[in-house]
This record gives sequence, C-alpha cells and structure tokens, in this order.
Amino acid sequence: MSETLDPPRTAEAADGDGAHGATPADRSGTERTAAAATTDQPWPARGKDAVVPPRSARLRGRARGFGTFLRHRPGLAVSLVFVAFVLLAAVAPGIVAPGDPLTGEPADKLQGPGAEHLFGTDQLGRDVFTRLVHGTSLSLRATALAVVVALVLGTSLGLAAGFVGGVVDDAVMRLVDVLQAIPRLLLSLAVITALGFGTTKVAFAVGLASAAGFARVMRAEVLRVRSAGYVEAAHACGVRPTGVLLRHILPNSWGPVLVMAALEFGVAILAVSSLSFLGFGATPPTPEWGSLVSEGRNYVATAWWLTAFPGLVIAATVLAANRISRALDTERGDDR
Amino acid sequence: MTLLEISGLEVAYQGRHSAPRTVVHGVDMTVGPGEVVAVVGESGSGKSTTAHAVLGLLPGTGRVTGGRVLFEGRDLLTLRERDMREVRGAGIGFVPQDPAVSLNPVRRVGDQVAEALLVHKAADARTARAHAVRLLGEAGLPAPDIRARQYPHELSGGMRQRVLIAIALACRPRLVVADEPTSALDVTVQKGILDHLGTLTREHGIAVLLITHDLGLAADRAQRVVVMSQGRVVESGPADQVLRRPEHPYTQTLVAAAPGLDDGLGPEPPTESGAADRRIVAVQGLGKDYPLPDGSTLRAVDDVGFHIDRGETYALVGESGSGKSTTARLVLGLESATRGRAEVAGADVTRLARSRAGRAELRRLRRRMQVVHQNPYASLDPRLTVAQIVTEPLRAFGIGDRAARRDRAATLMDQVALAPDVLDRRPAELSGGMRQRVAIARALAPGPDLLVCDEPTSALDVSVQAQLLELLTDIQHELGLALLFISHDLAVVRRVAHRVGVMRQGRLVESGTADEVLRSPRHAYTRDLIAAVPGGARTALRPRT
Repeated sequence: MSETLDPPRTAEAADGDGAHGATPADRSGTERTAAAATTDQPWPARGKDAVVPPRSARLRGRARGFGTFLRHRPGLAVSLVFVAFVLLAAVAPGIVAPGDPLTGEPADKLQGPGAEHLFGTDQLGRDVFTRLVHGTSLSLRATALAVVVALVLGTSLGLAAGFVGGVVDDAVMRLVDVLQAIPRLLLSLAVITALGFGTTKVAFAVGLASAAGFARVMRAEVLRVRSAGYVEAAHACGVRPTGVLLRHILPNSWGPVLVMAALEFGVAILAVSSLSFLGFGATPPTPEWGSLVSEGRNYVATAWWLTAFPGLVIAATVLAANRISRALDTERGDDR
Repeated sequence: MTLLEISGLEVAYQGRHSAPRTVVHGVDMTVGPGEVVAVVGESGSGKSTTAHAVLGLLPGTGRVTGGRVLFEGRDLLTLRERDMREVRGAGIGFVPQDPAVSLNPVRRVGDQVAEALLVHKAADARTARAHAVRLLGEAGLPAPDIRARQYPHELSGGMRQRVLIAIALACRPRLVVADEPTSALDVTVQKGILDHLGTLTREHGIAVLLITHDLGLAADRAQRVVVMSQGRVVESGPADQVLRRPEHPYTQTLVAAAPGLDDGLGPEPPTESGAADRRIVAVQGLGKDYPLPDGSTLRAVDDVGFHIDRGETYALVGESGSGKSTTARLVLGLESATRGRAEVAGADVTRLARSRAGRAELRRLRRRMQVVHQNPYASLDPRLTVAQIVTEPLRAFGIGDRAARRDRAATLMDQVALAPDVLDRRPAELSGGMRQRVAIARALAPGPDLLVCDEPTSALDVSVQAQLLELLTDIQHELGLALLFISHDLAVVRRVAHRVGVMRQGRLVESGTADEVLRSPRHAYTRDLIAAVPGGARTALRPRT
C-alpha cells in the first residue's frame, strides 16, 4: 500500500555517521529496524506493540548528527570555539588572564608582543591581553543588551503590525521607515546625547537604532505565516486570536528573526565599540574594546599592537557571529 | 521499429552525505511511432523521474546509474549536452506539469513560442513571429495574434497549458513527453486540451508518452498503459487489457480504488434519528461580493440555499472559481456574508460574524462545526506534535484536563485508524494520507455536529483517497454527523454524497439527490461536467486503424 512515511529523524541523522565508525552505524541499524516496525504496518493495524526509539537514543542521534554537521564545516567549528572562548573571557576573565588589568609595571611600558606579554604592554606598562580579556565582559554585555533591546522592541512592533494590520500596520511601518532613514550611528549618537554617557546607555541607543530592521523582517514573516493553512485551521478550531498569535504565528515566524539577531550581534559589537571609541562608553581606566583601540591611537606610529590586537579581536568576533548566523539561516536543516 | 526504447533504466538521487538512493529500478518500456503510451502510478512511483531521465533533465542530484534510452536508435544517455539539446525540442517535445510556473513571466507568450523555433532554426527571425501565431492558433487558443502579444499572467491556466503545448509541438518532434499535463486544471478544461492534443499528435503522427496518476484518463487516451509502483514497472500492455483485466495485485488495488461514475457505490442512506433538532445547517439566499480593483464587484456567491440534516452528506460540486469553497467559508463564519443567512444548529452565523459580541458566540459555536481543509501539508502546524494538534480544539474550549485530553487523543487516533505512537510525531514525519487523518481527528475532537470537508482528498493518491472516503462515511455513520462536502470530482461525490448541489459562477445551478443529479442531470452544465470525467468516452487519442 502507498501509506508509508519517512523514517524518523533519528535514523536520518545517524545516516551521515555511517562512514565514520562501525558502532554508530550498527546502532543506527537497530534504530532503523525499530522505526520500520512502526512504519511498515498498514495503518488499520492499531500497533499496540509498536516500538518508538527512547528519548535518550533520539538525543544521542541528534548529537552525532551535529558532530557530522560540524566536521563538514571547519569554519563554523572555529567560529564556535572562538565565540566560546570570548564568552569564557566575559564570564570568568580571571581564569583566562589572571593578571590585574588596571595596574601596570611602568618599567615594562610599551613592550612589543612576546612570550611574557602576549599582546604587548601599553604606555603605563599594563598587559594589553589582560585588559582586552577583562574588557570583554563589559563589551559583550553592552552588545547583548543592545541586541535584546532591538529584538524585543523590533519583534513586538513587527508582530503587532503584521497581525493587527490596517491603521496599526501603517503607523508602525511609517515609524520604522523614519528610523531606517537616519544613519544608525547618527541616531545612536542623538539618543546618547539625550540619555547621557555610560555603557548601558550606549547599549540602549544601539539597540533602539537597530530595532527597525527587526520590525520589518518580523512583519514580513508574520504576513507569510498568517495566511498559512494551519493558522486558518486554528481559527476554525475555535482558538482565540491571542492563542493563534502565541502558539502558531510567533513560533513559526521567529526563525529568520533569530538568525538576524545573530547577525546583528556582530554589527552591535562594532557599533558599541565605535561609540566607546568616540568616548561615550566606559570611563578610563575601565577597559573596554572600543576604548582600548581609542587609547592606543596616540601610539599608533610607535606601538602598533595597542590598536591592532583589540581591533583584530573585534573583527574576529564579528566574523564568527556572522558565520554562525549563516549556519543558522541556511545550513541548519540541510543534512540533519 | 520502435521510436523510444527504454531498457533497464536506473536512476538514483545522491544525498549530500548519505548513500545514493535508487528511485527507478530497471524500467523497460517502448513507444512506437505515432503511439500513445500512458505511464500510470501514484506519487513517488518514479514515473516523472523516468520521464525526466529520458529528456536528460533530472533535477539536482539525480543521476542515471544504469540502462539505455534509445531514441531512433541513438542512446540518449551517452550524448553530450550539446547534442542532447538538439534532441530536446526537435526530436522530443516536453509538456510540463504546472502551467502556472512553466512559462517565463516577463516575456510575451508569442516570443516564447518563437524562441523554440529560433533555437532549432525551424524559422528565421523574420518569419518566427508569424509562425508562432500560427502554432498558437493550432494549439486551440482563440485570437492567437492577440494572445501572442500577451504575458502569461494575462492568460488562464488552460490557455497557458495550450501555449506550452504549442511550444512542445513547435518543431514537429517525433515524440511528446507530457508530464501530468492537465492535473492542475478543471475537468472540462482538461477534456478540451487532451482532445486537442490528441487531434494534433494524430494529424502529425507524433507519439505521446503520457505521465498520469489518473487511470480513467489513461484508459481514455492511451493505446498502451505502463503501471509503475515504487520505481518498478509492475504491469504493461494494451490499455483495455491492463485496466479491465489487471493481473498484478498492485494494478488491481489501483483499479479498484479509482473512483468512477458508474460503479454504483453510493453511500448508505442517512440514519433517521427522529430527534427534534435534525436540521443542522440551513442556508438561505446566501451571497458574497468582493470589490474588484476597477470599482466593480465580483459576485463570488449569489443566492445560494440548501440544508443539511443530521447524518446526511451534502456535496457542493463545481470547478475552480465557482464559489463552492467561499460558500463553505461563509457557513463556517470565516468570512462575513454580504447577503442572506446561514444557520448552524439554529444560530445565524452570518449575523454573528458581523458584531464583536457575536464573534465570541461564534467561537463557542465552532465547537459544533469543524473543518477539514484541502491540503494536509499546509493545515497542520509543523512545529507541534500530533498530540498537540489533535487536542488543540479541546484546549481552546477548555474541555477536560491534560490527562483527559490525552485519553481523548488516543481514542481519536483509534477512530481514524492511526497507531497511538503517531501522537508523539510531528506532521513532517507523516505521509499525506496520515496527515489528513490527523486533520480529521482534530476536527472530531470537540464532538461537532457539522463537519465541513473542503476537497479533503484532492491532494492525495487514489488508493489513499478511497480509504479516506470510506473512513469519513464510517465516522459519519457512527457519530451521525452532518457533512458538507466540497469537491470538484464528481466520481468522489458519487461515493459519499446523499444530496448534491452543482455550482457555477457563484450560483447553484442544480440541486437534488445524488442519483437524480448524476444519473439524469437537468442542467446543461451538469451534463458537461459529467461528460468530462475521464473514464467515460474512449475516443479522443485513439489511433486510426
């Protein structure tokens, strides 16, 4: 009979692993049989003795699938390791760089990169690597806050515009048009001028300036999902409008928005760093990525490492965030 | 002398990181000059893949892994791409499946026909245009000189399919491969196009390889039939022999499942309950207008009236655009009516849909009327498990606690003949037929009095369709549901409906018991519809002997 179905995901995920070792391949074989036991029955059989792979086996299958997925994408693996390292530096800077970021040894000032000082020292003899590591937390927190502000604000606006439609849609989207018409950095500067200086305020300003993009993407997705068959089916089932919104529309439309959030993370690091480079962020001597580049500017002719290393770290973080975002966007469902 | 000879053809698709999956296993078939051969099979049987392999147009990662395809003595599989291009169009014409996406939307149709001529140097730049107009006329387009200057979006689906036929026949190929050429079109349009294609190919002695899922159509149009299942040819021979005395068990089930008008399989008469509230649906003078961009209005539904009693099936039949689905949506209160009344269980849905307080009451009324949508691939939320989908109406109406809902879901699975472990799966892991069963289970969950089925089987294979129709009638008998059944397929309607209404351009042109309407139709349009159902006349594509 024609009523067959695709093997469950676990078996598919295990497929790719077959080439890498005998044991996983064997195990996937048993899973396949278990799946076949349920699928090969024509459905009038009520299948009371049907076997479903246990949850732990499914999770193991997923994990193996993810391993294969990474092996075929070394760039993504490097990006993930780098981001993990940056996150570790943000959470526990003491482990990565045990030194003191604020006090230096004046005798060792302006030394080039070497075994003792990995990224060299600054004009006061402070270790640049240590300062960079201890500045991570502040920079990342500001970035994360900026992305969260943009995500929450933009998503709510887009969701309201797409779902309610009509006048609300027009009003929200014209506001978004205005926000997008002003260059982002300029808008952030204007907001900071109104709010005052400080890392949190910088983050808020950056988030506000990038909310417009999120609103647009979210609205487009909601419009697409809103006309889907299952949304009308939910209405016809008698589900309340808020229920339809939260249970069907939101979960099915936030995928591209989350991808955009990962992408936005890179942009926000740059924006936060730019603003703190301009002096709107943390006050010296607190280390912060953007202000580190800014401080090193005075010595760029004699001590290139003061600007180069913080700059490279910022660039590498942005690239890693972009690579991960691309993986989330296009490669997620490919061979898993 | 055979024109096309396929022997031992094998095609495999290469997964990105998995072993290649063979989808066509050693297929043999032949097509003689001027002969019409139909390849019949359900979705996934490899019939389209075989056709694409012949043309060297396998999509993506598809590869021919074995066998030969001899066309006029040359093995097409060994030809270089450059030589293959000479064969395509000039030697073998191709009519693709979906006319909506197979034409270039930004070029005039005349230019697209002329392109086929120019590529194969069948005409030069000066004469191509006139030649193209002549070909369009030959394909049965009225006023071809005007049509040639139009863009695809200005033409109807049937007209576009005629343009594609004109392109396929432009260079007078010896063979035309037609891949489900009319499955996206209405039956009356389908009949017109197939009649015309039959006449044209017969006149010019062109052989046709017709790929179709429709047995009736194959019986009407082909001299020989090849039945495929799971990548293999299971039976082949003269059309009469294969379809009247099938030998292979698969062909037998396929023939048995294919609905026909004259198989006498009507539903059992409705059960008499004798209760006072027998009448579930009463529709009177229902109308719906849509404003058009040019300021005029489109009467999508116009003065429609019918009623449905408990345990009874009322079918609305019509072609696309006839207003049958809109009528169903009005009855369900998913759209608000412009005129008239539609009462469900005594409450006027059209009035409720208008006011804010009414909509709250309408939501409560939804417990008594549920819907099964046309496309089971779209109507189930891909992120939810089957258990969550089936219990959704129960959650919405606050019926029972978690455990009670879970029990109810298990009962429902039993009712629609699905294994209980399906509850933990997601829609993507289920086949089309299983998904539609899930959709039916969801509709049954709150215990409705009225079930609206909007083309519930048109996206499914015939054997699955037959099982689903049986399930629906069984459930109706068991629960005494009133069924509003929307369909374009008269043969399906014959199987399930007690009473039938035929719609055309928003109006109900004929209404009565299924026997009356289908056996002795009074309206000319109903007669046209019945005549166009494949499996009746066996003339059009037949050869002159």
